Amino acid sequence: MLANVIPRLRALAFSAILIAFALPAFAGPFEDAVGKFANDDFSDTEDAIGLIANSGNPLAYPIISALQDGRLMADSDSKKVYVTGTDGKSIDAATGAAVASVPDSASAVRLNNRLRRTVEAALGGLTLQSPDLSTRLAAAQSVFKSHEEGALPAVEAALDKETNKTARQALSEARAAILLFKSDATDTEKLDAIATLKARGDQEALALLTGLGSDQPPAVASVAASAISSIQSTLAVWSMVQNAWYGLSLGSVLLLAAIGLAITFGVMGVINMAHGEMVMLGAYTTFVVQEAIRTRYPGLFDYSLLIAVPLAFLVAGAVGVLIERTIIRFLYGRALETLLATWGLSLVLQQAVRTIFGPTNREVGNPSWMSGAFDLGQMTITYNRLWILCFTLALFAILLAMLRFTALGLQMRAVTQNRRMAASMGIATSRVDALTFGLGSGIAGIAGVALSQIDNVSPNLGQSYIIDSFMVVVFGGVGNLWGTLVGAFTLGIANKFLEPVAGAVLGKIAILVLIILFIQKRPRGLFALKGRAVEA
Amino acid sequence: MTPHVLTRSLDRGATIFVLVVAACGVLIPLSNLLLPAGSLFQVPTYLVALWGKYVCYAILALSIDLIWGYCGILSLGHGAFFALGGYAMGMYLMRQIGARGVYGNPNLPDFMVFLNWQKLPWYWSGFDMFWFAALMVIVVPGLLAFCFGWFAFRSRVTGVYLSIITQAMTYALLLGFFRNDFGFGGNNGLTDFKDILGFNVQADGTRAALFALSCLGLIIAFLICRAVVTSKLGKVLIAIRDAESRTRFIGYRVESYKLFVFTLSACMAGVAGALYVPQVGIINPSEFAPGNSIEAVIWVAVGGRGTLAGAALGAIVVNYAKTFFTSGPLAPYWLFMLGALFILVTLLLPKGIVGTFSAWWGPFKERRLLAADAASAAREDGVSEPNPAE
Repeated sequence: MLANVIPRLRALAFSAILIAFALPAFAGPFEDAVGKFANDDFSDTEDAIGLIANSGNPLAYPIISALQDGRLMADSDSKKVYVTGTDGKSIDAATGAAVASVPDSASAVRLNNRLRRTVEAALGGLTLQSPDLSTRLAAAQSVFKSHEEGALPAVEAALDKETNKTARQALSEARAAILLFKSDATDTEKLDAIATLKARGDQEALALLTGLGSDQPPAVASVAASAISSIQSTLAVWSMVQNAWYGLSLGSVLLLAAIGLAITFGVMGVINMAHGEMVMLGAYTTFVVQEAIRTRYPGLFDYSLLIAVPLAFLVAGAVGVLIERTIIRFLYGRALETLLATWGLSLVLQQAVRTIFGPTNREVGNPSWMSGAFDLGQMTITYNRLWILCFTLALFAILLAMLRFTALGLQMRAVTQNRRMAASMGIATSRVDALTFGLGSGIAGIAGVALSQIDNVSPNLGQSYIIDSFMVVVFGGVGNLWGTLVGAFTLGIANKFLEPVAGAVLGKIAILVLIILFIQKRPRGLFALKGRAVEA
Repeated sequence: MTPHVLTRSLDRGATIFVLVVAACGVLIPLSNLLLPAGSLFQVPTYLVALWGKYVCYAILALSIDLIWGYCGILSLGHGAFFALGGYAMGMYLMRQIGARGVYGNPNLPDFMVFLNWQKLPWYWSGFDMFWFAALMVIVVPGLLAFCFGWFAFRSRVTGVYLSIITQAMTYALLLGFFRNDFGFGGNNGLTDFKDILGFNVQADGTRAALFALSCLGLIIAFLICRAVVTSKLGKVLIAIRDAESRTRFIGYRVESYKLFVFTLSACMAGVAGALYVPQVGIINPSEFAPGNSIEAVIWVAVGGRGTLAGAALGAIVVNYAKTFFTSGPLAPYWLFMLGALFILVTLLLPKGIVGTFSAWWGPFKERRLLAADAASAAREDGVSEPNPAE
């Protein structure tokens, strides 16, 4: 009936548990066992450890770990035993009830070396049977790594009681790891163990199998060899998948940075060297939003990015419209001059941000739903990368839909295709120019919100993306959003597949050289707009 | 033939420019060396080195003006050629250190000893000889420009696309030279120079001589540019700048002309870099930074695009301003100034200082010529793209 209490317990911080769940006080086998500590006799103590470890009582772990640390106090007169917590609070070991103070007559239960080993084994077994799933998994994993023979009984005992599927899996893998190296294990046991490890199929299983000595019976050795090669090929496939994922992730970052540029450069033909600074403005908007939330409404922190996205769009978009109205509109048709003026603008914006926010990196936090990671097969996927990929694709879809289905999108496309004709049809081309530029800048601002999650928010944030984003747009083909999408993911994946071969820097150089050569072959990019212009 | 080319290229403005540069090249070193220190007219050594740096920048600006002002090729990667020339000279200077380095290895530069290299990489061989290094100063940037231009101009990559891939080129080189295993000193570059041709690089006399040489280099580069732009070749270049397709349809091989002038310009940039390194005492990968190349373009724009003398003047004026602002209490505002310069010059002063000045004050005939020039300059990119302002 005491076992009924177990499911109600969630945390291991034991003093909290004990205060909250004071156990009914009556004498039973557990209480008797605890009482043996007070006899001050090594064999009684050993009996008590064995009884308590197998009792399944939630107090077992606190008591035995207290015993190990010398915090278990026994009063030989009253036969009472107390656990002194690390926080100074004490409880009655038999009942779990809090006590005001431990009597002066009580002294720490003594241990000798043999008992210490017993205590350690009991603790190992207890963590394997801990009520907390993650503790059990961690314990199983550590047994798996150490694969010491002594842990086998504990593992098998835990395996008998375990009901959780994941934990059973981990325990049977730990058992397999032990059996594989156990000198007196039968061949059948070893073959089973190899099969289990093969099914696990990761680097650690591979390491165990390759660490198997050459003195194995031929049957075991050949099965182990085939298991090794099978694991190696699985791992090779997974590393491909992992590279592809990294590539997609890098591609999504490139796409984010380039997508606004695809509008200003691709659709309008304006070389905006200050594009990176729009991204930076978006990132700093996120920073300001998070600061405001931290100081005023800490509870809203998880929503900070949702608040920052529209704000970043507005801030960067407004700056974009301002730039278009004051500088760029005077330079239409003079692409090279636009390039110089916007470069100057980028210097001004950087310096302005440096003056206001300081030259150092600003901290932008991850909301809880973007932190952490999960395992997929043999690879780990972090949530922030996954979210950024989804976010980028969603942004792309929205932009595409906007250009296709809204009136502004229609006007934009009309102005791009034939400015004079569009003007003749009554489209206010200069208004469309300003809005298009604002849209491109605003999108860059939104990109800044996302990039603030994975990059340093500093005044130089934008500069690090500008060359890459131009590469993406030029590679994909100017004036075509799909080209930008394909270009970004192609470059991202190519980069990540070159990296393990050539190293990060050489891989990047190789990509740049390839793009330079590619542009020679197709000067208009992957998806060139078809037209009849003699030169453009 | 030579006198003919000289008289043709030296009109009044050009003569004045050459004379002024020559006078500086002679008088400043003399005043530094002959007058007693502290005298009112004595130019201190640090100023000689600083001005020497400006003169090297002026040569770089000339090389950019030659291709941008006269052929419409906007290279955002000219800093790469400058830096390559600088590295070639730096390698010679490194080899001259010999056993005087920190590790005292007579065969290996310090950084290679530090990296545990056993012998000199093959591409360092020959750099202990000055003539070889001097040759490489011209050949390496020239070869890179030739290969790059060969591909780019033949496939008719023009306008902003060319600008962007030149920027990619210098960025790729930047990443490469940052690596230690490239064998060029990685992050720190090449520095700690001792001797050039047996003279101590720190000595006043050497610095003065280097300054005079830089001025000579500027004059020679200027004369070469003048000779090119006033020749028939120069007329074709201007035609390419103003209407590339038309020139091609008339029957000129546009890509050959562009390739020639691009390579020539890269060689000049390389020489500028080679003169720059001994005076500054260091060359490191940051010279490849795309920002540097763009800054060099703005010198040309400030001084006056397509005026040659203006480009040199622009380089000196902007760099003087940079020194002035970045060394005083105004330092945090320098980037504002520079940025504003980019914007205002392109918006309000498209012809630059020299262009605007001659349009206002020049003789009537010249003013008319310049107006024609300016009109064609304004159409420069407008020909190729529909002008939205229309």
